[in-house]
Amino acid sequence: MQIAARALQGCTILDLSGDIDLASSPVMRKALLGEIKEKRTPKVFLNLKNVRYIDSSGIASLVEGLKASRDLRSRLILYGLNKTVREVMQLSRLQKIFEIYEDEEQALAS
Amino acid sequence: MASSPLWGSVPPWRTRFNRLAGWRSPFLFGGKVRGGRTNTKHGVNSSCGKCAFHSELLLKLQLESNPQALGLVRAAVERATEVLHFHEDESRAIVRSVDEALSNVIRHAYRGESGRPIEVTCRHLHGTQSGVCVSGIEIVLRDSGVCADPAKMKGRPLEEIRPGGLGLHFMRESMDEVEFSRKKGKNQLRLVKYLAPVAPATAPEGE
Repeated sequence: MQIAARALQGCTILDLSGDIDLASSPVMRKALLGEIKEKRTPKVFLNLKNVRYIDSSGIASLVEGLKASRDLRSRLILYGLNKTVREVMQLSRLQKIFEIYEDEEQALAS
Repeated sequence: MASSPLWGSVPPWRTRFNRLAGWRSPFLFGGKVRGGRTNTKHGVNSSCGKCAFHSELLLKLQLESNPQALGLVRAAVERATEVLHFHEDESRAIVRSVDEALSNVIRHAYRGESGRPIEVTCRHLHGTQSGVCVSGIEIVLRDSGVCADPAKMKGRPLEEIRPGGLGLHFMRESMDEVEFSRKKGKNQLRLVKYLAPVAPATAPEGE
């Protein structure tokens, strides 16, 4: 998995790619919580367009990020979910818990 | 210790499907099964006139409890499901289940310790009963980690929004059979997914 960060009007977009599994989810967790808790970024966007796979440890990291953002009254926004990621969200019954948009344009306009 | 369906069961839709197809899995509980067939360590290989079930080894992987190995196993299992002509949705479900099961072994049975042995075996289950062809994939994971406590194998209510506890839920939702046992000091997790049954081709009239 690879992560690249983009700053945009005081917000941060984290572009994720590859597989998010037990090996890589700690890296994503660290980047996500760093943005939310340490940098106190008011809006963090996760671009999942190029994520091929996500497991329950990746979902757990996203939930942790969501909880942190709610505690700090910031926003965590996901977009670009492919079929595989969407399936896992549905299996976890989390698709309505997260703010999810189709693409970057919609996410940024939210 | 005999295997038991403590860690899951055949989902209701599959039970209905099996009943409609007049077929009951000979693989669910292990040991002796109907029709005089017997599960052996080499799988089921028998015939009783009306039905016959077989299992063939597809893949056997010897791994170490290193999270970096998960990607390799996912790729290998995905290929095995393609060989058996599983639909891509089912293939993803099988791969996800094996990945979650392996992650659980690494995190819980070995408590994050790397370099410990894990064996993954994939078999093709196939047979016929009452003219209906039945086919599926069986994946067995074995590890020498701490004995899993069945009381803790319940997953968690999905209404609770908190990290963790989803892997077992994914397996139960995705597979037809999820069965845990402890044998000879090893944990064994058996996952099975069946393909939809196919009636044998009949010759057109007049031929």
